[in-house]
Amino acid sequence: MSADYLDGNALAGPFAEIFAADVTVAVGRCASCGLTGPVAGLRVYAQAPGLVARCPGCEEVVLRLVRGPDAAWLDLRGTISLRIPLPGAGA
Amino acid sequence: MARLTWRPARLVKVREETASARTLVFDVPGWPGHLPGQHVDVRLTADDGYTARRSYSLAGPDGVELTVQRVDDGEVSPYLTEVMRPGDELEVRGPVGGWFVWRPANPAPVLLVAGGAGVVPLMAMLRARRASRSATPFRLVYSVRSPEQLYYADELAAPDPGVDVSVVYTRTAPDGEARPAGRLTAADLGPSGEADCYVCGPTGFVEAAAGLLLELGHDPARVRTERFGPTGE
Repeated sequence: MSADYLDGNALAGPFAEIFAADVTVAVGRCASCGLTGPVAGLRVYAQAPGLVARCPGCEEVVLRLVRGPDAAWLDLRGTISLRIPLPGAGA
Repeated sequence: MARLTWRPARLVKVREETASARTLVFDVPGWPGHLPGQHVDVRLTADDGYTARRSYSLAGPDGVELTVQRVDDGEVSPYLTEVMRPGDELEVRGPVGGWFVWRPANPAPVLLVAGGAGVVPLMAMLRARRASRSATPFRLVYSVRSPEQLYYADELAAPDPGVDVSVVYTRTAPDGEARPAGRLTAADLGPSGEADCYVCGPTGFVEAAAGLLLELGHDPARVRTERFGPTGE
């Protein structure tokens, strides 16, 4: 695996185009090894067409994001769950 | 909070930092403010409609101020560092990234570890500390190849009370420097008590520095990292 990767922090801009909450602070669980951690801690490979985020524990693909001319494709098959912090109800 | 859109940004001021890096200050109407450590996406559009997009850390606690290192075969940084003039415009989207941030209300001591251009978001934290009149103890360990590569040299030479700055030279040390030039070691980072650690730099540097922090006994949950690609572009 190439050492030329970024952190999940690099997903903040592309996700901000899609979601109202900051997904990089969400805690995800890897479908392959079960490791939990912040999306900001994933290893992001930006050389592919689109962005490929891999688990820092087992290197399996956790999510992929491709921005096309008129749509974004988000592939989450490597993710069991995302816990997204939100302001309290009524906030 | 709404989804982010691109906003026009007009360059108002430029400061040279080194022979190959400069700070650009933009006027961005409607900028919502940000936390130190956050970044912006920058978009350039050519006359023929071709666009190029890059992500840069914000260098200050207020407004949109970026420090950009020229990458010789880069597509965006040569324009930002050599061609763009005050009055010229580009587009920004942000702020983004809520993980690699320091909140002035947090009283925990802070250890900042910078590799080269990775000092930029950490400088934003130091400047935010000053702006908020925080007394939180800060320590910055800044690894650079040689004195000519140092960003913010004057500001770092006169740190605020409660801020400790050490520069680690990896290739060439200035005259009178006691530490011989060489890679960052555990001795450069220690001894240090419990702290919130922020490490930013090229991927290899971040790997090495984060590993040293764990060796020194820092809690992995309190070591936050931000890597940029090998070229910074």
